[in-house]
Amino acid sequence: MRILIVEDDAVLRDGLKVGLAISGFTADAVESCEEANAVLKNHAFDALVLDLMLPDGSGLDVLKSMRERRDDTPVLLLTARDGVADRIAGLDTGADDYLGKPFDLDEVAARLRALVRRAGGRSRTVLEWRHLRLDPSAQLVERGGEPVRLSRREYSILHVLMAHPGRVLSKRQIEEKLYGWQEEVESNAVEVHIHHLRSKLGPGLIETVRGIGYRLGEEA
Amino acid sequence: MPSISTRLFLILVMTTGLVWLSAVVWIFLSTRAEVERVLDARLMEAGRMVSSLIVSQDIKVDADQPLGAELPARPNLSYERQLSCQIWSLQGVLIGRSGGAPDQELAEHADGFSQTMINGESWRVYAITNADLGVRVLIGDNLTIRDGLVNDVIRGLLLPVLLILPALAGLIWLSVRRGLAPLNNIARDLEGRRASDLSPIKGVETAKEIVPVLDSLNGLFARVTRLRERERNFIAFAAHELRTPLAGLKTQAQVALASDERAIRDQALRQIMVGVDRTGRLVRQLLDMSAIEAREPAERRGAVKAGTVLSSLARELADPARKVTIEIAPGLDALELEIEPELFTLAARNLMENAVNHSPEGGVVRCHMAVEGEEQCIVIEDDGPGIAADELPKVTERFFRGRNKAPIGSGLGLAIVELALGRSGWRLRLQNRVAGGLSAIIAYAPASRAAGAS
Repeated sequence: MRILIVEDDAVLRDGLKVGLAISGFTADAVESCEEANAVLKNHAFDALVLDLMLPDGSGLDVLKSMRERRDDTPVLLLTARDGVADRIAGLDTGADDYLGKPFDLDEVAARLRALVRRAGGRSRTVLEWRHLRLDPSAQLVERGGEPVRLSRREYSILHVLMAHPGRVLSKRQIEEKLYGWQEEVESNAVEVHIHHLRSKLGPGLIETVRGIGYRLGEEA
Repeated sequence: MPSISTRLFLILVMTTGLVWLSAVVWIFLSTRAEVERVLDARLMEAGRMVSSLIVSQDIKVDADQPLGAELPARPNLSYERQLSCQIWSLQGVLIGRSGGAPDQELAEHADGFSQTMINGESWRVYAITNADLGVRVLIGDNLTIRDGLVNDVIRGLLLPVLLILPALAGLIWLSVRRGLAPLNNIARDLEGRRASDLSPIKGVETAKEIVPVLDSLNGLFARVTRLRERERNFIAFAAHELRTPLAGLKTQAQVALASDERAIRDQALRQIMVGVDRTGRLVRQLLDMSAIEAREPAERRGAVKAGTVLSSLARELADPARKVTIEIAPGLDALELEIEPELFTLAARNLMENAVNHSPEGGVVRCHMAVEGEEQCIVIEDDGPGIAADELPKVTERFFRGRNKAPIGSGLGLAIVELALGRSGWRLRLQNRVAGGLSAIIAYAPASRAAGAS
């Protein structure tokens, strides 16, 4: 899941970015409204972690312009002001959730998972496909009840495919979910990771649709 | 609390009543005087007339014969009763009298006017003696009738007044209400507000006299609004500046605990160090600030060698890692300032720290002396991004952090500088340089210095 962090404090921004990566997210981080607006126009994210007080304006302005653009990406507001009036203002502007500083990193991750799940119209936390089970909160994958060890990238690719069962995803789409825009994309990396996934979970798990991309196969 | 309308109403009704009353008294007195004058003249006229008739023998009187003739009675009854005439011989015999005149002598005095009581009635009498014929003519006027005349005039005056006064009171009440309508409008507007509504009063029909009140009221509203906004901003900024570093520390600590990779753990711990340093600086600045605030506003005392302080700060604050250097102009060495050394050091340190933090890599921070008009100044310049014009008035507010903020800033530095300089009568001026960067100017005017010393 690809997350954009908008936070001006360097220590907190770095902590969130690394911490969310540990929780299985792909996180990008920017530090101002201007950067956030620019990035949001060119990239799709599964969710946004948005600080309210930014050096060049309020996070609420970023949120407002997103919603005016019909950008429905779920937004988790982070703020030092967590009075009732502030929370109401945030939620009424179009935020999906609200956390006051200082917060717990695990709670941020859990809330982001919930936001993404709800945005996808699912209520179940665990993803299932045939004999496969993927639990995003524990970053655990089981095949027929047996846990399978996957690398971070492999897990992310499987997560993306299982979140969109039956849909064909292009290599570009998978890369976008996999790498932050600040990261260098290694060529052929997706092919390599899918190769590893097939060898760990069975060759029929991921079908290649020539010229288009990949989707989950019928036999897993 | 008496209402203005009641007060105005009472005042107007009382003064109007008083004016009417004095008019009545004045008319009463002048009418009475006039009536007396006219009637006295008539009395005199009548006396002389009777006397002259006797002289011309038109009326025959025999001084010895009592009551020889009644004077011819006039046909009109109401007039008949008004004047009474008696003709007496000088021997005291009533020779003649008019109808309705009393038998008793109206006057026993010399010629002229007098007043007597006969049978319980007051008479005004005019006496004239005709010595040739040996008779005295007395013409009397019944005072009751005279008073009745004056009373009739006053009654004619008072009756309409009694009818008009209530109507007048009603009109006064309406006028007062109408006249106070602008005040009532404002009162209604204020009553209808929520306590938090500080928008200016406008669109209310008002009067010229109330405009100043309205203006100052609106001015007050505007000031309170600004103050409240500043306070709200302060709380929001303070919360942000105090809680964000804590959130950063906690997050980094959790990262360090959660990660198995040594590199990530080390990086998180390094970030924690940065965070602790920053929080430490924030705490130091908060303590500095309350220390300055606890001081009495000091008169200019102490002497500071500006060059020495700035040079030692420059050695401490220069940033070799980013190749930022600090230049102190030689002229400053000779400069001695009348300021508490501690306050000056604090102000200079924060300004220099800001300049270094905002300087680009390889930038130079320059300190020099300048004279601007009356003011003598110490200028600290940098090559940084400067401060956006709209933010200039706000940057000395506590916890305010502008768009071009330094990563380790807390928003307290300039507030501390202003506070420290203000305590000893100095001023901080900030202006963007034409060539880019910021000029922070520590200034004092000799005039204000003299005022401060007195």
